[in-house]
Amino acid sequence: MIEQSQNRRMVLKLAGAAIGMFGFGFALVPLYDVICEITGLNGKTGEQYVQTTEATIDKDRTVTIQFLASNNGAMAWDFRPQVRSMKVHPGEVNTTSFYVKNPALTTMLAQSVPSVTPFAAAAYLHKTECFCFTQQQLTAGESMDMPLRFIIDSDLPEHIQTLTLSYTLFDITEQPQDRVASSAE
Amino acid sequence: MSAIIEEHHHDDHHHGPAKGLMRWVFTTNHKDIGTLYLWFSFMMFLLGGTFALVIRAELFQPGLQLVAPEFFNQMTTMHGLIMVFGAVMPAFVGLANWLIPMMIGAPDMALPRMNNYSFWILPFAFTMLASTLLMEGGGPNFGWTFYAPLSTTYAPPSVTYFIFAVHLMGISSIMGSINVVVTILNLRAPGMTLMQMPLFVWTWLITAYLLIAVMPVLAGVVTMMLMDIHFGTSFFNAAGGGDPVLFQHVFWFFGHPEVYIMILPAFGIVSAIIPTFARKRLFGYASMVYATSSIAFLSFIVWGHHMFTVGMPLAGELYFMYATMLIAVPTGVKVFNWIATMWQGSMTFETPMLFAIAFVVLFTIGGLSGLMLSIAPADFQYQDTYFVVAHFHYVLVPGSIFSIMAAVYYWLPKWTGHMYDEKLGKTHFWLSFIGVNVTFFPQHFIGLAGMPRRIPDYALQFADYNMISSVGAFLFGFSQLLFLVIVIKCIKTGKQATAQVWEGAHGLEWTVPSPAPYHTFSTPDEVNLKEAHG
Repeated sequence: MIEQSQNRRMVLKLAGAAIGMFGFGFALVPLYDVICEITGLNGKTGEQYVQTTEATIDKDRTVTIQFLASNNGAMAWDFRPQVRSMKVHPGEVNTTSFYVKNPALTTMLAQSVPSVTPFAAAAYLHKTECFCFTQQQLTAGESMDMPLRFIIDSDLPEHIQTLTLSYTLFDITEQPQDRVASSAE
Repeated sequence: MSAIIEEHHHDDHHHGPAKGLMRWVFTTNHKDIGTLYLWFSFMMFLLGGTFALVIRAELFQPGLQLVAPEFFNQMTTMHGLIMVFGAVMPAFVGLANWLIPMMIGAPDMALPRMNNYSFWILPFAFTMLASTLLMEGGGPNFGWTFYAPLSTTYAPPSVTYFIFAVHLMGISSIMGSINVVVTILNLRAPGMTLMQMPLFVWTWLITAYLLIAVMPVLAGVVTMMLMDIHFGTSFFNAAGGGDPVLFQHVFWFFGHPEVYIMILPAFGIVSAIIPTFARKRLFGYASMVYATSSIAFLSFIVWGHHMFTVGMPLAGELYFMYATMLIAVPTGVKVFNWIATMWQGSMTFETPMLFAIAFVVLFTIGGLSGLMLSIAPADFQYQDTYFVVAHFHYVLVPGSIFSIMAAVYYWLPKWTGHMYDEKLGKTHFWLSFIGVNVTFFPQHFIGLAGMPRRIPDYALQFADYNMISSVGAFLFGFSQLLFLVIVIKCIKTGKQATAQVWEGAHGLEWTVPSPAPYHTFSTPDEVNLKEAHG
């Protein structure tokens, strides 16, 4: 007969492997964020950028950046970029803004989530100021201009001539506030 | 041999099965539990099949005739879930229970009590899952892949029952797999090396490892859904800093190995049946083992091919495309080996062999359309069309399901001690073969022409092929009742089977009498290793 203890040892090992894989499923969450950051997968842009050295402005090169604004699901706000597209030089600091209005009869809270295409460009778009880093609360009928300041890195690969920066606006009025991430990265 | 076992029984305080219904509730006998799994799987097969026929009835003509679109969505979802987790997987576990101990000369599974638990969890899990259809808001309606946020933000309230049911199925599968691994590694007859095991045992060993690796990931992903829905986390909610695409990555990290979990044991079954009826040894035994292992390894690193259109860097698309194509190599080795086994064999075409040959041919068709889908640029056209539906039904229905039917016909005489009716068996085969092809072959064409999957209504130009497909589905569906009749007839009135059953059969299970006694191989000296594999 086979020793019972031999069976038990193997069961414990295999059950341990199963529990480990359960943990691995959850480990995929931070792992995914890291991989997205490295590869620019999903066009995720980084956190607030702090310019450390004076960047050289590449006057010889012009890049087009287009802005898109869309609402998620049944979000009722008017949301649009003030300019549809800009021609900019890599390295210079640019400023634009997005218009937003709450047409509803109640106070609402919103969070916008950015995405860049082509994905490869995501790592070269630095935002020194962005409304997506915070949430916006608007009372009924209130409107505002939300500022965006960004720099396109001089190292942007040569083949990229046009970038699209898209924002999706989410209604988070209903969500418990302490659990909503403070930044959208 | 039978005399030895009889004698042994009289000496021992142990005895045959207990009487009455409680035998099945408390049983720890691998043969009883195998039987329970197989009957349960067949019931689920009929339930999932009924849902499929609701779908096909609605799609018989364009327009909305029979069911509301909301209910149609629940049907596609439940059909997928029930067939994958309720029919195919438990059927393979049932076969593993019946056959693995007999094939390796073990007296039973290594952990008989846990074996009982793993089965008895399932009826509760599936009752819970099926009961969601009767709840307010209906059952799961987000597809069997339950992509977030459809399955979180926009899900019906019954989704919590769905999540709990998936947890239970996962626990059952993991316990079953641990049992299989421990049995195979610790309970082989003395002297039987790993490379002497029949291929069904090998493929199940590898499948069990796959299950242990990925079922917990599935449990993890439904747990994340549960937390998003009820505890305010934002794993898959973009507004809260999460990402719905993450769901797809985690799901398919489970999902791709899962589809191989549903086919590897089928490879083992076919590798047992073809040599028997070709009356030759299996060609390339070692290469079969290595090919199965390579397929299992590759299954972990190709999940991205389900997500080509979701958005991925070019390098990612190329990597997943080439890695996926690589799977065709070990699969090709297998198909080659089966054909080489038949080559110049003295073949006869009993029902199990017919199903096995149909498996080789039709699974290859399904594999080939899979290769087409793996081409990333072409996938943008095929994604979410009926071409995908045709592809995975070709590998699952005439693939997994045919192999299970082949296995039932092949080992039924051993289990019951009676031969099934060969003429009815062949009728069942031909009806199923024609039904499957009439159902799924036209779906390739409507898919390439652009008909999307999971919709209750469609454009007029798809009408003819859909009608053909529905006719085939009803033919296939109702032929399965014949299968039920054949099995019952075999148990009740079939003529006595010999121990060997098939002239060309090799393997330890054929050395015990038919029907296999309640306890087999209680002592190692009953094992004749020369018979271990064909």
